[in-house]
Amino acid sequence: MTITPDEVEAPNTVPDIVPVAHTARYGRLPYALVLPSVAVLLVVLAWPMYKLVTLSFQNYQLKELISGSGEWIGLSNYTDIFTDPQFWQVLVRSVLFTTVAVVGTMVVGMAFALLMRRMHAALRVVFTAVLVLVWAMPALVSITIWKWMFDYDYGVVNYLLGKLNPDWALINWFEDARIGLAVIAALVIWGALPFVAISLYAALGQVPQDVVEAAQVDGATGFTLMRRIVLPIIKPVLIILTSLSVIWDFQVFAQIWVILEGRPTSDYYTIGVYAFVQSFGINDYGRGAAIAIVMLLIMLVASLFYLRQMRRIGDED
Amino acid sequence: MAGTYRRSRLPGGVMGSRPSWIANVVGVVVLVVMAFPIYWMVVTAFKPKREIISPTPSFIPSPFTLDNFTKALDREYFWSSIGNSLIVTVAVVLLSIVVGLLAALAVAWMPFRGRGNYIVAIILVQMIPLTALVIPVYLMLNQVHLTDALVGVIITYLAFVLPFTIWTLRGFISGVPREIEEAAIIDGATRFQAFRLVILPLIAPGLVATSVFAFIQAWNEYILAYVLLSSQSKQTVTVWLAGFTTSRGTDWGPLMAASILVAIPVVVFFVIVQGRLASGLTAGAVKG
Repeated sequence: MTITPDEVEAPNTVPDIVPVAHTARYGRLPYALVLPSVAVLLVVLAWPMYKLVTLSFQNYQLKELISGSGEWIGLSNYTDIFTDPQFWQVLVRSVLFTTVAVVGTMVVGMAFALLMRRMHAALRVVFTAVLVLVWAMPALVSITIWKWMFDYDYGVVNYLLGKLNPDWALINWFEDARIGLAVIAALVIWGALPFVAISLYAALGQVPQDVVEAAQVDGATGFTLMRRIVLPIIKPVLIILTSLSVIWDFQVFAQIWVILEGRPTSDYYTIGVYAFVQSFGINDYGRGAAIAIVMLLIMLVASLFYLRQMRRIGDED
Repeated sequence: MAGTYRRSRLPGGVMGSRPSWIANVVGVVVLVVMAFPIYWMVVTAFKPKREIISPTPSFIPSPFTLDNFTKALDREYFWSSIGNSLIVTVAVVLLSIVVGLLAALAVAWMPFRGRGNYIVAIILVQMIPLTALVIPVYLMLNQVHLTDALVGVIITYLAFVLPFTIWTLRGFISGVPREIEEAAIIDGATRFQAFRLVILPLIAPGLVATSVFAFIQAWNEYILAYVLLSSQSKQTVTVWLAGFTTSRGTDWGPLMAASILVAIPVVVFFVIVQGRLASGLTAGAVKG
């Protein structure tokens, strides 16, 4: 760090005017300190972001990949995808997948959090430990385990179902994409539950006991207490967790790609997979970029809720 | 989340006072369901092959074997992919700590013109999903012939962990009362000594937390590594794990053993940071 001896020795006997003194004392130092981070973020986030936008207005395929420059074609990529029935199917499928995964995560996560408040302290320690273990699993390890559990021939899920009813012993989980995507949604929910449940458990601990007791004196119980008192108080946490879940689940890729061994049929395409296949599968990078932009814009809506909430928390600091 | 998690350890709060036996029974059932996939990975990894591909799988590995682990270790490109992941991970952790700490110090302590915008930008870029940027990042690196090189992956991961690192460290640093530093200087320390001996230990939990975050992100990332690192000798562990199938089908025993090996470092670091976050920030630093 570039601090001169003068600055170090500077007597600081008037702490009341610290902000002014600091501005004068630090000079250009703060700019030097943030410079490396600004450089990295510009080169690796801002510039590719700009590239993505321009790419979506270009014809950029294998030939352009080799020459390194695309041909400007205006909105053609966008009109192409918007008039393509497959794109709309993909979009609806993504929205449905996200809805199921997010609602599942939040509802079960809330149930877990309430359960944790009610269970014996010793059981809660073990419960939390299991949640942390699941949380810590790398996504690819989770995907691999689930692929094995739902294996057609030797998967444990088919074995257990077969014990209940011999007809259920040979289910090909990934033959029908609707069932396959349901299994993948379950995998996504399983992986997201620890973060959501532990955060909600912590949020419930923030609800002041006297407020709850006052409401109880006024006759509020169970569901009413939950809806009128508890949920409004933990609303900021709920908004943050829901918008993060939307952001994560809408762009789902690895789960689908790896479980189907890099060859998902088109009825498995969610928007993330679709953008990937368009780009790296058939080398139409311009069109892939346009799909990615549409994906980003939809995710932006969820992000706005998240950002607003984070800013409020930031203001309180 | 650090603060939220820490506070969760405090007793009391709503609906926490009356443990019920129904909650305990349901809790145990839920616990078993949640833990089962991980349990099944471990059981499979220690089973001999004939037990794995058996119509009646056993839920306890008997006979117990380590064959699957030796098979996984002997598999092609296991060690090179571990090596590549280590290089990427260590580089991302070190770079993110240095770059992030510098920026966080400026943001937390030094009012400067544009600080508000900088903070907003940091939160904003956190919203950009890697999935969407894979296409332009690939094309950019392709133009400078860095697609099949670890450095491209390292720089990209760095950009993706930096916002979190800066945001988190900023929180830890602004939690340190400036009076502590001033007191150390009055006691005769130089500003650098004050930083190294007084401030650094106080923000150490933040450094641990952000290092672990960067480690986990870099170790677990799949899509960018999958797109960029085309030759098998360059691939990272996640890509190696995803490609663990042969023409004769999947060999589940070694695959589960390999999964355990890939998960262990992450689990260890994760558990460390959970404890650290719970231990509090400046507890005892300023006695009232």
